[in-house]
Amino acid sequence: MDKMLELFGRDLSVINLGLEGFGDALTAQGVDVVQMDWRPPAGGRPELIELLDQLEEA
Amino acid sequence: MGAIEEANAKAVDILLAAKPVLRGIGVAGDEIPGMTKQKILHAGPPVTWDRMCGPMRGAVIGALIYEAMAGSREEAEELAASGQITYEPCHHSQAVGPMAGVVSASMPVWILENETYKNRAYCTLNEGLGKVLRYGALGDEVIDRLRWMERTLAPTLARALDAHGDVDLRSMIAQALEMGDEGHNRNRAGTSLLIRTLAPSIVSSAESRSAASEVLAFLTSNDHFFLNLSMPAAKCSLDPAADVPGSTLVSAMSRNGTDFGIRVSGLGSRWFTAPAPKVDGLYFPGFGGEDANPDIGDSVICETAGFGGFAMASAPAIVQFVGGTVDFALNSTREMYEITLAEHAFYRMPILDFRGTPTGIDLRRVVETQIPPVVNTGIAHREPGIGQVGAGLVKPPMKCFEDALRAFAEERSS
Repeated sequence: MDKMLELFGRDLSVINLGLEGFGDALTAQGVDVVQMDWRPPAGGRPELIELLDQLEEA
Repeated sequence: MGAIEEANAKAVDILLAAKPVLRGIGVAGDEIPGMTKQKILHAGPPVTWDRMCGPMRGAVIGALIYEAMAGSREEAEELAASGQITYEPCHHSQAVGPMAGVVSASMPVWILENETYKNRAYCTLNEGLGKVLRYGALGDEVIDRLRWMERTLAPTLARALDAHGDVDLRSMIAQALEMGDEGHNRNRAGTSLLIRTLAPSIVSSAESRSAASEVLAFLTSNDHFFLNLSMPAAKCSLDPAADVPGSTLVSAMSRNGTDFGIRVSGLGSRWFTAPAPKVDGLYFPGFGGEDANPDIGDSVICETAGFGGFAMASAPAIVQFVGGTVDFALNSTREMYEITLAEHAFYRMPILDFRGTPTGIDLRRVVETQIPPVVNTGIAHREPGIGQVGAGLVKPPMKCFEDALRAFAEERSS
């Protein structure tokens, strides 16, 4: 917990995954943000994700 | 290593070990297994006459006139729809064809062999751009050119090849990629290398001085002449890898102007299809998107084998033909590493520090990342009898890949 609090006491460099809005909010506050090019697998469709998982295990 | 990884390593090793060479020129009816006078081969997955798009119908009508099986366009249309003609994909006969991809029995064909695995592939000779049969044009100009190709071009090149010996196409494609081609929609370097290789033999072996002169003038005027060699080179490279049990390697992609289809190594010869998409591109003066036929041709075999759109970084000048920016060309190639199994051992790109081209599409990675393979292509007019109207880029439909993944998973669980 102390380490977490310590984090907010100094300058942050942030990697943002997913929705860009979270990163934008930090950028607006002067925080250094890198947006990672990430999308949920298979467009987030559960049926395809399950098939891919099955094949991964195979 | 899991079973699928092992199967994919095997399949992609077969692909990377391929050594396509040009052996000679023959006649489709003599060389292509199962070819008959009543059979017409076409691009893409199977399609019946009633579902064929305009440019493919135009090419079929033109081929029947060229074969003297019909005396007019009307007669040819009647014969084409009569049930007397059998239509089959080029892919089912060890062949590939650009755009409509129509092959009839009398047409001359290149004979290629994969020296490593001894399998062959066939392709017609390239007619040039504009009003040509493969884009569905069929006027006198088109038929006269086809007859000149049969009577002068093919025999002259066949004699030149006899005199010269085999041509190593793996080496020639590798050189062309280092000279600014991507091997699908830009073939200026490949064509130049072929001319440089064969010109002395053309001159020394031609039946007449005028034949040599006509042939050299034709080759020099057609920057796409090498396409009909890069395509069967890709085809004979992929075919030995097309039936590896348990592999998710995409072994063929193709379109007939109505449907886009793919095949997957572990699923053998089954096609997975979806409606052919529109091409996003640049149009010749006087034409626009409303004139365009949906995506058509076997030429996407180039991307399947690891060049064409996948090697667009090596051909920045192509963006003036297909649209986009140089950065887009570089990023397109970089993105294809996300969906491929290997980097090509021979096809390398100087601008990426001689990194091998992204090779061997993994079905699973396409579905997982939702990144479709990038494809460069020409655009045919949607009506029969007109021809090429532009060139551009196309995204294969994800449905083909998702349906194939479902079938793959089902097969493994049964």
